[in-house]
Amino acid sequence: MIPVCHLADLPVGESVRIDTAPPVAVFNADGQLYAIDDTCTHQDASLADGWLEGCLVECPLHAASFDLRTGAPTCLPARRAVRTHPVTVEDGMIYVHHLAEEGTAA
Amino acid sequence: MKSVAVIGASLAGLYAARALRAQGFDGRLVIVGDEQHRPYDRPPLSKDFLTGATGQDQLALADAEEIAELDAEWLLGTRATGLDTAAGAVLLDGGRSLTTDGLVLATGAAPRRLPGAAPTGTHTLRTLDDAQALRADLAGAARRVVVIGAGFIGAEVASSCAALGHEVTVVEAAPLPLLPQLGEEMARICAALHAEHKVTLLTGTGVSRLHGAGPDDRLTAVELSDGRLLPADVVVVGIGVRPHTAWLEGSGLPLDDGVVCDAGGVTPLPHIIAVGDVARTDGSRAEHWTSATEQAAVAVRNLLAGSTVATHRALPYFWSDQYGVRIQFAGRRAPGDTPRLVEGSPDDRSFLACYERDGRTTAVLALNRPRPFMRLRRELARTTHPATA
Repeated sequence: MIPVCHLADLPVGESVRIDTAPPVAVFNADGQLYAIDDTCTHQDASLADGWLEGCLVECPLHAASFDLRTGAPTCLPARRAVRTHPVTVEDGMIYVHHLAEEGTAA
Repeated sequence: MKSVAVIGASLAGLYAARALRAQGFDGRLVIVGDEQHRPYDRPPLSKDFLTGATGQDQLALADAEEIAELDAEWLLGTRATGLDTAAGAVLLDGGRSLTTDGLVLATGAAPRRLPGAAPTGTHTLRTLDDAQALRADLAGAARRVVVIGAGFIGAEVASSCAALGHEVTVVEAAPLPLLPQLGEEMARICAALHAEHKVTLLTGTGVSRLHGAGPDDRLTAVELSDGRLLPADVVVVGIGVRPHTAWLEGSGLPLDDGVVCDAGGVTPLPHIIAVGDVARTDGSRAEHWTSATEQAAVAVRNLLAGSTVATHRALPYFWSDQYGVRIQFAGRRAPGDTPRLVEGSPDDRSFLACYERDGRTTAVLALNRPRPFMRLRRELARTTHPATA
């Protein structure tokens, strides 16, 4: 469980990157919090820097788009999903339940 | 339309093939590519592929599943050598020909070469094979690398070579690199990146010839037009590209630094469209990744409609990664448009600037500011092209 920031510091429409390995992006999409792997599956770009619209985030480099709820790409050039991570809020603090890197012990 | 051939197994060619299927074309689809490879992404070739951070498998633009879904006949390692518009036939090397109802021209562009001898160790960088050859030549030991041309490809190659520990010199004929693209003030900031990373930038001088020696004519030095001799083990020539239209000469299609098309990517023959670097669309030719992908859907729509029913009017956008700095640019900057710093600081190599003319923003430039850049890019697209934004 990784602390992200205070809920008050992540207003609607904002996102934040946490430097886990691999890094994770946390979004406040119209009041709902989502966490996904930060790096676009197409090429090296941070999705936390992307354009948030509803439940979709558009990559800032080549406009690939991902659904925050599932991690699935909704258009090219991305073809692979990003992983999603559970998010909780406790005492006004946002936590990400970061999944271990695939293939390593949890 | 029962059959379509896409000439060029490139980014633009693949996006055209995808668009054909996505828009309901279920006829025979043939994709012809002069390289042996299925479509792959070229931008990493000068960056992460050159440094070894990215492998060949990560460059593929389509996976096996998508290749199967496209249901196309692939003629790879096959060069188109001519076009007989009367017969609707593309002539292929080896004497074969291919006759289809519709034709997508996506043959891209080829690097310009220096006149004169090209000793062993002289490279251009456009294809995967080019990049592999360059990588092989850089492997093993520190080399003296001379990059000729300080445009985006040249700067990225110089950056990658410096990161690999090579001794790099960049030679640029103009007084300042990227001057037409960025204007003096911003071009100066980008040019300074070279020196900051111990890469020597020589401007205002051309190259008169390359020297080679030994039985295999191995490169030894670059002779500059002012007489200076730069010792070199490897040379990379990055002096721009020429659209690959030689095979279309005599076909009757109008050629003028590219295949001349209307704003919908359609040539004077409505069953022939052109996309990507080879297309001169509505008077201009873009050499950008994003426009190659965007044009395809529009041009294919027109091909299937039999006439120009849609035009491509998106905002030009390009990016470059060099020396750990992500440069992004969108818009149409005319000479004299003045940059205004919006946020950040050029000294930190992290800032956002708008180019302005008569109080209007014409273009946006960012170094390491992807998020606000994206906001302004979208805003600019909305105000410049209200219909498509």
